[in-house]
Amino acid sequence: MKTSEISTNTLCYHCGDDIATELFTVEDKQFCCAGCKGVYQVLSQNNLCNYYAYNKAPGQTKQYVEQHFDFLNEPSIFSKLVDYTDEKITLITFFIPAIHCSSCLWLLEHLHKINPGIVQSRVDFLKKQAEITFDHNRVPLKELVEILVSIGYEPLISLQDIVKEKKNSVNRDLIRKIAVSGFCLGNVMLFSFPEYLGISSLEAQFQFLFGWLNLAMGAVVTFYCSQDFFTSAWGSLKNKVINLDTPLALIVAVLFVRSAFEIISGTGPGFSDTLTGLVFLLLMGRWVKQRTYNHISFNRDYRSYFPVAVTLLDENGQEKPVPIDDLEVGSRILVRNNEIVPADAILMKGDGCFDFSFVTGESDPKTKVLGEVIYAGGRQIGKAVELEVVKPVSQSYLTRLWNNEAFKRDDSKIKNFNDTIAQYFSAVVIVIAIGSLSYWYYHGETNRAWDAFSAVLIVACPCVLALSTPLTLSTVLGMFDKNGFYLKNTDVVEQLARVDSLVFDKTGTISCPEAVDLSFSGTLSMYEESLIGSLARNSSHPLSREIVKWLGKSAEFKVEGYSEVAGKGVSAFVDGHEIIMGSRAFVAPDVDVVSASSVVHVRIGEEYKGFFKINQRWRDNLKQLITVLKTRYRMHLISGDHAAERKSLSSIFPEYVPMLFKQSPHDKLLYIKKLQEDQNIVMMLGDGLNDAGALRQSDLGVAVTDNINNFTPGSDAILKGSVMGKMPQFIHQAKMAIKIIKFSFVIASIYNLIGVYFAVQGSLSPLTAAILMPMSTITIITTTNLANRYFAGKNKLR
Amino acid sequence: MNILYFLIGCSVVMALFFLGAFFWALKDGQHDDVHTPAVRILFDDDKPEETE
Repeated sequence: MKTSEISTNTLCYHCGDDIATELFTVEDKQFCCAGCKGVYQVLSQNNLCNYYAYNKAPGQTKQYVEQHFDFLNEPSIFSKLVDYTDEKITLITFFIPAIHCSSCLWLLEHLHKINPGIVQSRVDFLKKQAEITFDHNRVPLKELVEILVSIGYEPLISLQDIVKEKKNSVNRDLIRKIAVSGFCLGNVMLFSFPEYLGISSLEAQFQFLFGWLNLAMGAVVTFYCSQDFFTSAWGSLKNKVINLDTPLALIVAVLFVRSAFEIISGTGPGFSDTLTGLVFLLLMGRWVKQRTYNHISFNRDYRSYFPVAVTLLDENGQEKPVPIDDLEVGSRILVRNNEIVPADAILMKGDGCFDFSFVTGESDPKTKVLGEVIYAGGRQIGKAVELEVVKPVSQSYLTRLWNNEAFKRDDSKIKNFNDTIAQYFSAVVIVIAIGSLSYWYYHGETNRAWDAFSAVLIVACPCVLALSTPLTLSTVLGMFDKNGFYLKNTDVVEQLARVDSLVFDKTGTISCPEAVDLSFSGTLSMYEESLIGSLARNSSHPLSREIVKWLGKSAEFKVEGYSEVAGKGVSAFVDGHEIIMGSRAFVAPDVDVVSASSVVHVRIGEEYKGFFKINQRWRDNLKQLITVLKTRYRMHLISGDHAAERKSLSSIFPEYVPMLFKQSPHDKLLYIKKLQEDQNIVMMLGDGLNDAGALRQSDLGVAVTDNINNFTPGSDAILKGSVMGKMPQFIHQAKMAIKIIKFSFVIASIYNLIGVYFAVQGSLSPLTAAILMPMSTITIITTTNLANRYFAGKNKLR
Repeated sequence: MNILYFLIGCSVVMALFFLGAFFWALKDGQHDDVHTPAVRILFDDDKPEETE
């Protein structure tokens, strides 16, 4: 175990945050909060302090939210979550978003030290998954999850989650095909080599053997490795369209038939080298294109937003966790602080205060009275409430909205550059091929006619398109990835380059939910500030921490009789004064002031002192971003919130930008639709469930989030809120990528023309073909790569 | 020169052997996670429990 070197400065030993108080000190190590200290204590008790040796401050600030994992002991839920179970052991794969460094890896693979009932744990770092084998008789699942939570690695438990979705993310079939085609390519090259150098009479006896070996390899490549091209081409022909795979399949077929003909008839060496090389490169292109993000899901639906289970109350008032799908109309459920209402329900008991910001975009929580209907998706703030379900989960307002037919977009409508060009390309190639065929036929040279015909088809290969496009676009994808902008696939890059209108949502999208502006209304003396600071330090509530930060370092007083009421506030005697902080109802029900939830009221003794208010803050660089964008794009703002911020927004957005407030999710969807009918290509930036429809409808839906592990609605791309300012660079880079692809197409055409020059004369030798193809490929890959890097440097995206 | 027939046969068989080895590795999932093992190998072995 290393001794701490960090304790000299005031950073938390566990998470590296600034330390505002010296309350949390254990063995000369300082911590920022009780959460971090707690994790350290668990680890040091179990002799796991190596965790701190591999990285400095490897932990993450733990937000204390009381959670109930009782549902994990329900057999019906248990069986859905685990991968394998028998009498003795159980195997489960958890998705743990907090995995981020080698310390995490080390700790999670040493779980058996904390509890010997855990047999083995293996981490997949990139996927942020841990596969844990445990003895469920010694450690029930619930306890396992609680261990993970206690060390700061809370798994994301959901029945429809990325763990299951990404189980087979590695396309083994494609890799196997690449391996086989690579094997064939290597061997064919070896066997063709003597042919390239010219065969002496001594070696002529091998020609026959080499020819047949080449043909055998060619057959494997054609019938096994190229299957996908044939099926894809056939599929598109059936739909009477031509995609890029159509000419590719044609070329593979022609190459094989001609090689077979030449070798069987003994008239020539065939084109097996070109065939295998081509298929190998094409498969590589496919592989590059298939690059996926291991830890991001673009297709989450409402099920991953809702909890796995809810607490059902039976007739006797007994609590029993049940899977969310088992909820029936009339069920009584208990929703605790910070839990989500899973179905439309009526409030039966308790003080309801629901935060709908994620569902509707409204920034202030709503207070509900007994008997009111509460729509699914609201998050309860405060004490537990009892609700009676009035609609099953699948019929809830939110769920119905999500399943709306209009949200289901047909993705195949997006035409990419490749498929468009493939049509013209195929047409031109076939015209030239038939032209040369008829020319030579007319001149009576039948053999030459067929030579020329097949040769044209061979050299005019659009393989460059099939290779340069995925390479260029996936480089862009990787570049964006590093900068915090995650695109679903390469087609999205092309779509990004086409966009001409931007639609912004307000809450959570251009406003920053995490950064807060705190202000105090009222007057406080230095002494009173210290009193408040001393009290706030004891609470792990985010607002308390903000207040501590806002007050800065001050004298500390002894706190006695501390008590915290969830969702209400805190109270204690500090230096002999009674201090109460929290909601209006808790602190000063008789004082006539605002009662929004983002306000913390303060009372010292009997005197009401005033309140801290949290103001929405716009994202950094928002103003510059809008200034850059306004010259090039049409912009719109649609919000589900009230118009209170209109004034502040109009100083950021130019006058002519339409701003709509109080828009329902359906209004947003219709607005996008209208824009599209006016021939706009719309990019929608939103964050919440209320934007889900608009995101689906738009040509490019971008979900904005501050933590990519958080739930985001289904979208084409996910953008980290902190890098929103780079949007103009992203768009520019996408546009440049499209230019690069077009440019590479021009280079490829030059090579093709050279090839066609030989081909139409019927004098294309296998050697020329075997040289031209890799030459053009190398040129293209080099130019696209260099150009991409150049523009990335220019756009400061590297 | 006839020995070449034998050598060519050998080279193909050997190449097939390697291809088979690759398939084996693929089937065993060696290509599923190519990042974590590289990190894992850097960790020290656990020190033996200190006897008191």
